Amino acid sequence: MRHVIALLIENESGALSRVSGLFSARGYNIESLTVAPTEDASLSRMTIVTTGSDDIIEQITKQLNKLVDVVKVVDISESAHVERELMLIKVRATGKDREEMKRMADIFRGRIIDATDSSYIIELTGNQTKLDSFIGAIDTTLILETVRSGIVGIGRGDRILKL
Amino acid sequence: MVLTGAEIVIRCLQEEKVDYVFGYPGGAVLFIYDALFQQEKVRHILVRHEQAAIHAADAYARSTETVGVALVTSGPGATNAVTGIATAYCDSIPMVIISGQVPTAAIGQDAFQEVDTVGITRPCVKHNFLVKDPADIAVTIKKAFHLAKTGRPGPVLVDIPKDVSAQSAEYHYPKSVEMRSYNPVVKGHQGQIKKALKLLLEAKRPMIYTGGGVILSDAAAPLTKLVRKLGMPITNTLMGLGGYPATDKQYLGMPGMHGTYEANMSMHFSDVLLAIGARFDDRVIGDPAHFAAEPRKIIHIDIDPSSISKRVKVDVPIVGDVKEVLEELARLLDESKHEQDTASLATWWKQIDEWRSRDCMKYKNSDEIIKPQYVVEKLWEVTGGDAFITSDVGQHQMWAAQYYKFDKPRRWLNSGGLGTMGVGMPYAMGAQLAHPDAQVACVTGEASIQMNIQELSTCKQFRLPIKICNLNNRYLGMVRQWQELFHGGRYSESYMDSLPDFAKLAEAYGHIGIRVDRPADVEGALREAFSRKNDLVFLDFQIDQTENVYPMVQGGKGLTEMILSAEDL
Repeated sequence: MRHVIALLIENESGALSRVSGLFSARGYNIESLTVAPTEDASLSRMTIVTTGSDDIIEQITKQLNKLVDVVKVVDISESAHVERELMLIKVRATGKDREEMKRMADIFRGRIIDATDSSYIIELTGNQTKLDSFIGAIDTTLILETVRSGIVGIGRGDRILKL
Repeated sequence: MVLTGAEIVIRCLQEEKVDYVFGYPGGAVLFIYDALFQQEKVRHILVRHEQAAIHAADAYARSTETVGVALVTSGPGATNAVTGIATAYCDSIPMVIISGQVPTAAIGQDAFQEVDTVGITRPCVKHNFLVKDPADIAVTIKKAFHLAKTGRPGPVLVDIPKDVSAQSAEYHYPKSVEMRSYNPVVKGHQGQIKKALKLLLEAKRPMIYTGGGVILSDAAAPLTKLVRKLGMPITNTLMGLGGYPATDKQYLGMPGMHGTYEANMSMHFSDVLLAIGARFDDRVIGDPAHFAAEPRKIIHIDIDPSSISKRVKVDVPIVGDVKEVLEELARLLDESKHEQDTASLATWWKQIDEWRSRDCMKYKNSDEIIKPQYVVEKLWEVTGGDAFITSDVGQHQMWAAQYYKFDKPRRWLNSGGLGTMGVGMPYAMGAQLAHPDAQVACVTGEASIQMNIQELSTCKQFRLPIKICNLNNRYLGMVRQWQELFHGGRYSESYMDSLPDFAKLAEAYGHIGIRVDRPADVEGALREAFSRKNDLVFLDFQIDQTENVYPMVQGGKGLTEMILSAEDL
């Protein structure tokens, strides 16, 4: 099962390697991992997308909690939550492809943030499926480069991950 | 008051009432060694290899209730320390390791004797720190001690660059330390403890299984009281030996791969299993699927939530300090109106006594050739069962664990988790320093002892009168045993040719060496050794080369699928 784990960690050097080291040492999967400071500069927030059986996910959250620098851990995929990922995709845009690419970007509510006479950079935000669908919908031979941020996630409503 | 970083380090150790620091000097820690030189409160034990410094400090912690402290230099000093640190980590031993680092400006420049110590040790410490400002040293060391000894204990490393130890800062040692990210649960959940008690009292076939957590939380006394009151059978794991008196009739011996028949059968066929400060290790329960196939309710008390339901599903988890929880359990038992099912318990004991009557620890003694089990039995007799026993890793370790009956906690020091050969002599050094008047013996083998043999020199320098009982079978015994049983008797690289004359070797270091060839001389040699209160005596017992450790549960097999003796093969 796919799980989205959010955690707050002391914003100190080496904090990221403690988390990533834990995953590799214990053989857990990381599908994506994002990290950045929060509004409180002493804290970083990570979103980790991982897969595993219930037992493994239980161990992952326990092991994360055990790390001395980790302040809080929540499996936000246990209830209603929102996930977003950012993708920047550079595509070839010449001839009839140029108009078609613009149309596809519009359909997926993407924005063209850079254009040359032969290429576009399209910015696209959404959940993983939406970004995957966009790639599926365009002619993949036109893709020059893609970069994705990995998932960030947040619980809906009253579910708040804060100190 | 303004002090140099190095002076701050030493002042902090004084504040923590550290008696001994085990270490080895080098370039990056010269300022710290200079500060150490200029005071007398913290004494330094100069080892001959950094690995031994960590092991000795680890044993100092294991045999007392204190935090072990070691000091090593950067680069190879730190990498030599890694095996020691990992050993302590696997057995949850509270330690603070201070390592020197190249000057801040040189970090990342591939400087002389530079390694990424924080990176290398990260997976084998509870936590580590790189201190970049002398003003941070005091609070960091305070945190290190706090982390090492609270919660699930473990080693904590503090890496200090040379320039940081040279520069000055205002010194103030904090009285306490607050960490918002670190608040281990100490008190167990009341409701869970009540549930556990009800289950225990209703049990028809209860079994108590305790590990190193009982030793680490100093819970042997409340455990013994509670178990006697409940009248239930108990087993102590390799790490938990001495948690309950081994000579008591409720004690079934050690469980697991080389555990007793009665302990393993009782673990397996219990209907309620109370696990305390133990972790269902592969060497204890064998194949987890086989273990889980027999239905039973499991209660698990542990300070570390991640130890619970890691390898087997637990019905009643109780997170908390073992001692606190046991005391609470005892209090609730006193108040409880629940009747214990004593009739079923009596039937259960009848079954256990039947298993016991198999006498799985019997061995065939000999007049001709020394049996290792006999040496350990005699060691127990000669020391009145009251010595600190350390071991290395292999067959001798199992024989020591099986045949020395530990009645008290913190008397048995071995590398249970990591299984590090070479710990035996440094462990004996740490234990002897912590208990100068006690009898300390290292039960070892001719292969393990050579992994830190250089420490004979340290023992001479600090006049440590440890007794080394070398069970010399000219083989890597446990490897040979597995090769005999599971690899068609092909003894690949398990025989050591050209061994030194250990008695002479000990003498070369200024100690006493005695070679013992005949069973009739075993007891006399042991008595001679222990009568020499001020000397290190190296007893080199020439033992039966083909003796194997039994009983045995083969790796990957179920706990009840035991080979009791060679006749079972």
